[in-house]
Amino acid sequence: MEVFVQQLINGVTLGAVYGLIAIGYTMVFGIIGMVNFAHGDVFMISAFVALICFMAVTALAGMTGGAVFLALLVALIVSMIVTSLFSWTIERVAYRKLRGSFRLAPLISAIGMSILLMNFVQVAQGARNKPIPPIMRDTISLFEKDGFVVAISYKQILIILVTAILLGIFWYVVQKTPLGRAQRACEQDQKMAALLGINVDRTIAVTFIMGAALAAVAGTMFLTYYGVVVFSDGFVPGVKAFTAAVLGGIGSLPGAVLGGMLIGLIETFWSAYFSIDYKDVAAFSILAIVLIFMPQGLLGKPEVEKV
Amino acid sequence: MMMEAPAREPVNFAGLLKDAAFAAAIAFGLFSLMLGLKTDQTLNNQMVLVPRPGLLAAVVGLVFVGRFLIGYWQAVNAGKITKRKAPATPLALKIEKYGTAAFVGFLFVYPMMVLGTAGPSGAIKWIDNLGIQILIYIMLGWGLNIVVGLAGLLDLGYVAFYAVGAYSYALLATSEPVREFMAGVVGPTFWPLWAFWICLPVAGILAAFWGVLLGFPVLRLRGDYLAIVTLAFGEIIRLVLINWVEFSGGYAGISSIPRPSFFGVPFNATESGFAATFGLEFTPIYRTIFLFYVILILALITAVVSTRLRRLPVGRAWEALREDEIACRSLGINTVNTKLTAFAIGAMFGGFAGAFFAARQGFISPESFVFLESAQILAIVVLGGMGSLLGVVIASILLVGGVELLRELDFLKAYFGDNFDPAQYRMLIFGACMVLMMLWKPRGLISVREPSVFLKEKKAVSSDLVKEGHG
Repeated sequence: MEVFVQQLINGVTLGAVYGLIAIGYTMVFGIIGMVNFAHGDVFMISAFVALICFMAVTALAGMTGGAVFLALLVALIVSMIVTSLFSWTIERVAYRKLRGSFRLAPLISAIGMSILLMNFVQVAQGARNKPIPPIMRDTISLFEKDGFVVAISYKQILIILVTAILLGIFWYVVQKTPLGRAQRACEQDQKMAALLGINVDRTIAVTFIMGAALAAVAGTMFLTYYGVVVFSDGFVPGVKAFTAAVLGGIGSLPGAVLGGMLIGLIETFWSAYFSIDYKDVAAFSILAIVLIFMPQGLLGKPEVEKV
Repeated sequence: MMMEAPAREPVNFAGLLKDAAFAAAIAFGLFSLMLGLKTDQTLNNQMVLVPRPGLLAAVVGLVFVGRFLIGYWQAVNAGKITKRKAPATPLALKIEKYGTAAFVGFLFVYPMMVLGTAGPSGAIKWIDNLGIQILIYIMLGWGLNIVVGLAGLLDLGYVAFYAVGAYSYALLATSEPVREFMAGVVGPTFWPLWAFWICLPVAGILAAFWGVLLGFPVLRLRGDYLAIVTLAFGEIIRLVLINWVEFSGGYAGISSIPRPSFFGVPFNATESGFAATFGLEFTPIYRTIFLFYVILILALITAVVSTRLRRLPVGRAWEALREDEIACRSLGINTVNTKLTAFAIGAMFGGFAGAFFAARQGFISPESFVFLESAQILAIVVLGGMGSLLGVVIASILLVGGVELLRELDFLKAYFGDNFDPAQYRMLIFGACMVLMMLWKPRGLISVREPSVFLKEKKAVSSDLVKEGHG
């Protein structure tokens, strides 16, 4: 029971990170029907930007409690801005021209972009693991039984809180603002949306920016939680977040969050109760099983095939 | 009377400069943190930031100049209407017709030529690193071409079959019970010498079996979904190879895999070795040359089989499936069998290549079968122009050979300092090439399709006109 509650807390934290990345996949897939393969690497870049920013601020302001908090806040905001810029540039340079080209072209371009970003970071920042000094190590003990303490750390509270707040803002933007309406219109029918005066190109660019901003939140959280990032960190979280998007029903925003939570929980429980070695195998197997037996996912709409 | 050239609009330099400045500002935003500051570890493991303003300024400047030049070039060419005449037989098909024989002939004399010019010690690099490496990718590309190019099934996990082939050979050839059994049946010297030639077909069959096994559940999927599931399968196989240590040796891999023999004559310095048997002086180059011919023949078999299959009913069914699955089904084509044969045959060639890879390296580990390999093979097929055998050759030479050649650019150290290692930019350039090639030619280098069935005369079809199916 104690182990279960502890793993539940850890799983929700991890799930929040996956859910935030998954939204980027699901929105892009919903609006232009492509798997943005480079999204995982965009997430990795955001963690690097946050790392550099965090180091710069703590180098100037020191490592006291207030300075660390300030550094995290600055890192989060700067990372969101720079990552959005990256994502916007990627869309502008590598995808826009290929929209409406034949099916494989954007996918190959995205895979190339993913390789390019990963190796850019490797060349620019080196291939080593990049740690940050341990921060916010304090935990709150929830209860204790037979010597096993169930604890939630400040980091975990912070991650869950920030995720919840940002998802709220995001939900408001998509549901209530003209921008969100334009996005949903483009998702349903681009040609019709364009005829009604919506700037489709700009809407798609904004979609990429929003996905990247949420991925940047995930990247900053990832860095805070694990305290280390390396250039190849984009691939596996990227595939897991894609799994989350598919599990929740690709194209569905609540589905992405739900899927992220489920994948996070499955991964932590699998590691705790079965075998930590095979946790990635479990994630990949879920991806395969869901796509084969339930391609519409949990909350997605079934695709109707028309001749 | 002279025809007056249409008045060309003057180039808007202010606009161009504005564009270039905008691009440079974006570049500054992108790179000021990622390039301008480098995270480094000091000797006592402290993380520090090292500013690199010079590098940042250089990159931003390059973007400014580059954007300006591109904009200028576009502005100058904006008024021109490029006239395109469709030639009766497109150039690519002509090259394919006449160039193939010459190219294959060139490949057969290539090791001799290199041996003649570079000598036995210098030639190994050219034959092994360049020749064999490219030929392996050509063979993998032709194998994957059956699945992606002909049947239109997007496979991102092709490396799984490569791994199955490599591990089949490595495990069988190093297995003690198999060796003892063979020693009991045909004598102790037989197995080490013939292991490769016996395991090669076995590896192909096992890979084909896995192709069917993995192909069966994904029959209903198409497009991107199929790609992602095959990616998942590829990763699962690699992760199992890493974690199931008793079976595959885990990260450590399998070493001292027996090398292929010249049909029973080993390549060593002994009395019964290859050199002594043929009265030559012993050098390791003979094995390399022999391996070169083995992979050349294997690759040619792949090419011949896939061109022949294309004309058979099953090949025509593959191509029909690629174009339109629903039409196929309504015409009575058994899509299940058609897809599974494509998976199986494509996987089989991957398995052959894998067995050869294990035999050539003498050592394999899961590190050789990462997703990047799959992406690389798929990139070769797509960049070559899906379905074109010649395109695969050109793309492999460009991507694999070009990237290998980067290792040779040591002279650049003179300009950029001793820490400059061109090989480190290998994958960076590879990724950039993939993106640029897609932007330039989304259909691949050779995007002409030769019809396999025709009425009266053969007409090449530009694939721009072909609607891509929903494989």
